[in-house]
Amino acid sequence: MQGSTIETPDSLTPTASTIAVGGHHEEHADLRVWGLLTFLVSESLMFGGFFVAYLFLRGLASEWPPEGTEVELLVPAINTIILVSSSFVIHLGDTAIKKNDVQGLRKWYIITAAMGAIFLAGQVYEYKTLGYGLRTNIFSNCFYLMTGFHGLHVFIGLLLILGVLWRSRRPGHYSATKHTGVEMAEIYWHFVDIIWIILFTLLYILTMF
Amino acid sequence: MSQIPASLLTLIAGIVITLFSIWIGLNHGLLPEQVSEQAPLVDNLFSIMLAIAFAFFLVVQGAILIFIVKYRRRAGDDTDGVYIEGNFPLEIVWTAIPALIVIGLGIYSVDVYQRMGGFAPSTGMMAHSHPSSHVAQMSRSAMAAPLMVADAEAVSPEASASESEESATPTGSEAPKVVETYKLPIYGFGAPPEVKKPADVTVNVMGLQFAWIFTYPDSGITTSELHIPVGKDIQLNITAQDVIHSFWVPQFRLKQDALPGEKSQLNFVATKTGTYPVICAELCGSYHGSMRTQVIIHTPEEYQQWLEETKVAQAGNLNQAVATKPAELSPSEFLAPYAQEMGIRAETLKQLHPQHPSS
Amino acid sequence: MTQAQIPLEQTPVVEHSEHKKAWKWYEYFTFNVDHKVIGIQYLVTTFIFYLIGGAMAVAMRTELATADSDFLNPSLYNAFLTNHGTIMIFLWVVPSAIGGFGNFLVPLMVGARDMAFPRLNAIAFWVVPPAGILLLASFFFGGAQAGWTSYPPLSEITAPQAQSIWILSLVLAGTSSILGSVNFIVTILKMKVPSMKWSQLPLFCWAILATSLLALVSTPVLAAGLVLLLFDINFGTSFFKPDANGNVVLYQHLFWFYSHPAVYLMILPVFGIMSEVIPVHSRKAIFGYKAIAYSSLAICLVGLFVWVHHMFTSGTPPWMRLFFTISTLIVAVPTGIKIFSWVATLWGGKIRFTSAMLFALGLLSMFVIGGLSGVTLGVVPFDIHAHDTYYIVAHFHYVLFGGSVFGIYAGIYHWFPKMTGRMLNETLGKIHFALTFIGTHLTFMPMHELGLKGMPRRVAMYDPQFEAINKICTFGAYVLAVSVLVFTINAIWSWVKGEKASGNPWNAMTLEWTTDSPPIIENWEVLPVVTHGPYDYGLNGRGPSAEEESAVSAQ
Ligand code: HEA
Ligand code: HEA
Ligand code: CUA
Ligand SMILES: [Cu+2]
Repeated sequence: MQGSTIETPDSLTPTASTIAVGGHHEEHADLRVWGLLTFLVSESLMFGGFFVAYLFLRGLASEWPPEGTEVELLVPAINTIILVSSSFVIHLGDTAIKKNDVQGLRKWYIITAAMGAIFLAGQVYEYKTLGYGLRTNIFSNCFYLMTGFHGLHVFIGLLLILGVLWRSRRPGHYSATKHTGVEMAEIYWHFVDIIWIILFTLLYILTMF
Repeated sequence: MSQIPASLLTLIAGIVITLFSIWIGLNHGLLPEQVSEQAPLVDNLFSIMLAIAFAFFLVVQGAILIFIVKYRRRAGDDTDGVYIEGNFPLEIVWTAIPALIVIGLGIYSVDVYQRMGGFAPSTGMMAHSHPSSHVAQMSRSAMAAPLMVADAEAVSPEASASESEESATPTGSEAPKVVETYKLPIYGFGAPPEVKKPADVTVNVMGLQFAWIFTYPDSGITTSELHIPVGKDIQLNITAQDVIHSFWVPQFRLKQDALPGEKSQLNFVATKTGTYPVICAELCGSYHGSMRTQVIIHTPEEYQQWLEETKVAQAGNLNQAVATKPAELSPSEFLAPYAQEMGIRAETLKQLHPQHPSS
Repeated sequence: MTQAQIPLEQTPVVEHSEHKKAWKWYEYFTFNVDHKVIGIQYLVTTFIFYLIGGAMAVAMRTELATADSDFLNPSLYNAFLTNHGTIMIFLWVVPSAIGGFGNFLVPLMVGARDMAFPRLNAIAFWVVPPAGILLLASFFFGGAQAGWTSYPPLSEITAPQAQSIWILSLVLAGTSSILGSVNFIVTILKMKVPSMKWSQLPLFCWAILATSLLALVSTPVLAAGLVLLLFDINFGTSFFKPDANGNVVLYQHLFWFYSHPAVYLMILPVFGIMSEVIPVHSRKAIFGYKAIAYSSLAICLVGLFVWVHHMFTSGTPPWMRLFFTISTLIVAVPTGIKIFSWVATLWGGKIRFTSAMLFALGLLSMFVIGGLSGVTLGVVPFDIHAHDTYYIVAHFHYVLFGGSVFGIYAGIYHWFPKMTGRMLNETLGKIHFALTFIGTHLTFMPMHELGLKGMPRRVAMYDPQFEAINKICTFGAYVLAVSVLVFTINAIWSWVKGEKASGNPWNAMTLEWTTDSPPIIENWEVLPVVTHGPYDYGLNGRGPSAEEESAVSAQ
């Protein structure tokens, strides 16, 4: 009876009917971005858990990383540059669609996807050449788990981008006013990027000292 | 609520509740005998908390009871109660009183904690950032084997050598040295900080599925029951071999987890002679419940006598068995010589073997 | 007040009216995206798990009737213990209080037609049954035996396959909880009917909002810990293996960083239920609306920084012990505010002793006992003695059974008419209450003494001196088993044959009572307009009956 309409006269104002006609389905479009952002808060805490575990174990160790499991720097540095710049590239795609330029969107998203793929390839290359595996020692445990987990996220982000590209083939699917999917792929990609920057700092830069 | 006058009735109720709660706090009889110097401190704290809790309990339950009787709906009455949204002063009161109590309790518990020696064990050892390379290693016994599946090789051999001998060779180094070489923080309770002298008796305590092993580094004996003298500073250096156990003597009010790969320590003075249970308080497997033994508190003379006798007895055959590296024995074989003393039932031992994934 | 009172001239505008109004019974067994169906699916599924978990508890209590290990073999006892705890928490209280009531009520209470993401919502539900089945299937591998806390190294060396399944099951349940939280947060923040002011949001929604925020930030940390454990068991890593530079205490931090907040996940929604049930059945405005709403948020915030109180005897340095003592004690203040506010709500009311109200009152009384014992545990010097004893078991059953489960019962009695369109039988309800109330005290009160006197928890065999007290506990558990049977019979029978319920049988004022019982698909023909607060009982001295009259005259 919180909403009973007999209490005060203003309950009979036209707002009631407008709400009734405006179905809830249209209102929803924007909420997906909210949902994604909320979800990413959760995801970042999962990575947070790994980071804390890593720092905890690092604090206990006498030597970090232990001898024989040093990290390589060249390939990951190049990889980092690629991934970070891809965040700017994907944003160009978003800017394009806001100007109703689907071709621009496609161009920039294809470039981003390519950069993501190169990153993953670089990651695989690194795994192959490091000379130690997941089980070697506690550092390598952390290293492979954290980069692997992040790689999985890059892969998912890549799929999202490819999904956007696939859908964008249909004319009019994305437009200046309707491009939530594009935006979500972009947000996710930025997230993956930020996580990588932290990971890079923890696993590569901090192990230099 | 604002209408309630601070009547005589409320005052009387307050006094009665207070007196009753204090009486409960003093006479609950819920705790076992006090046998350590820490025990009375804990018990006083508990008594005070119980009294506070009881007062809150009576106030809240009393209010509920009175209200549900007084404000029950009478037959035929379909109206609503009076409209009250809140009462700011009242809300301040019931926020402030618990807050004050909680602050008081917090300060008091810090004090008790300090008097129990809670700050001592890790004083000067908080060098968390630069631990030595002597990271504690578990001895490579049969029990630990399942844990070492993949990376046994990665462990540097000298690191385990210095720390792992305790269980294997009871003749190991004396207590102070052990403490010094170990740079990781040590958890537990220590002697009150004013008392800086080393403990009178040091015992190394090792938990393993499902028994306690006590080694006396000064005299080199190994037992399955803890023997200590009354009135002396005792130090227990506690570790575990396989999984987490927890050393608990209810009468001491002291408990400390025995963690594989970590050291913890309890310092206390027993205040009464007698025999009390030693209980494993952390789930450690199927027979966690049977991981019980005893602490026997002797007079100093009796203790000396026990020490001598046991030394002589163990100089013979038993020491042989203990000195064997446990790595070569299966758990039940290893425990067999102790079985009788430990009060482990034969069936327990039998079941112990299949219990272990002998991977 | 019912649907009928919504002004007639508006109905023609509505285009939804030719839509289907109600679901067929079999549609409740499908991938249905209606939040009401999902809510009921949650409640029924989790109740089945409650019966299973309860049956395990009864088996455990039977074992504990005697000091020797004679009824269950000790490994099986540990498996029951582990799965009892896991089922009760992850498959009963959390999914039923948040998923069940949250889904059914939140859109109705905020005046929305559904949740923000209906499909995601259905997915979140449909991972729960597989999680439960997986957990039960672990018994084919001996069952996880390391306690619901599953501390390594024990969890890494006992029944590794079962433990891995346990981990997967928990990760599934956790995923469900995260997805559900995302949905709740967006729904509450974004889909409130425009005419509802924030100060008119029902307290249940505030509670669910707080709970969801907490679940959102804490659950992923558990997931991280469990992934590390899974890798240790199956892929040869050594995060928690001390013999290869791992650390056993690390797991405990990761676990409790989630699992302490988890206890608030279990109690906050129930506090929300309390704030709805008490005003309705005592015909009183809730006392201190704002204080109750904000204290939920305060509990969440403080609750994120108390986790080490479960690790006081573990590898915990002194500063940590004391810091977490203080933070733990602080939680008592916001919780106390809630308790006192509910008690004050009773003052000056016209209390109706319906079964829902009885359980709410029971909760009020029981939870205080559990909360006060919790405060004693927060104090390090005492917790050193009490940790891992039956005193803990007593504490958490008072808050979990006397708190959460009582609250869920109260919620079921209160909203059953709304959910099913039929009333629960009140006589059976009162018998259920009496048995539960007595049974709970019989089972769990003596455990305080057991623990203090020296009986550790998680043991299948114990010192014979404790046998007499344990017998009382076991008897109490049997009483509880009977009480659950009474309730189950009542629920099933009433669902089929119970007295038909009107749209608003309790004369309540929140929005869910403005539609039919059960609500039509899409909830309302015309979305309601909020004209007064959710708890405005007795405002201007009018009773609801007076309102009814004015309603007639208004038309
Ligand atoms: C619904 C679940 C729930 C809830 C709400 C709580 C609430 C609280 N719990 Fe509990 N707890 C558990 C479930 C819960 N707990 C479980 C499951 C475990 C065991 C886990 C395991 O090991 O398996 C546990 C264990 C546990 C421990 C660890 C014990 C140990 O293992 O050694 C501690 C220690 O601090 C603790 C404290 C508290 C405190 C301080 C509160 C507070 O939130 C309580 C606050 C409420 C009140 C205080 C009452 C009302 C207030 C007043 C009347 C105001 C005035 C009061 C004062 C000023 C004191 N709990
Ligand atoms: C919400 C949580 C919750 C609930 C509701 C309960 C409910 C009960 N618990 Fe639970 N319990 C826990 C959470 C909970 N528990 C947790 C977290 C642990 C710790 C686990 C650990 O240490 O790891 C624990 C541990 C625990 C122990 C300690 C074991 C030990 O440490 O050795 C005991 C012992 O008495 C116990 C008893 C009971 C009893 C008698 C009930 C009763 O209230 C149960 C009432 C319900 C029933 C009796 C159902 C009856 C149903 C039927 C009779 C029908 C059966 C039909 C079919 C199966 C088809 N529980
Ligand atoms: Cu050792 Cu329990
Ligand atoms: Cu807690």
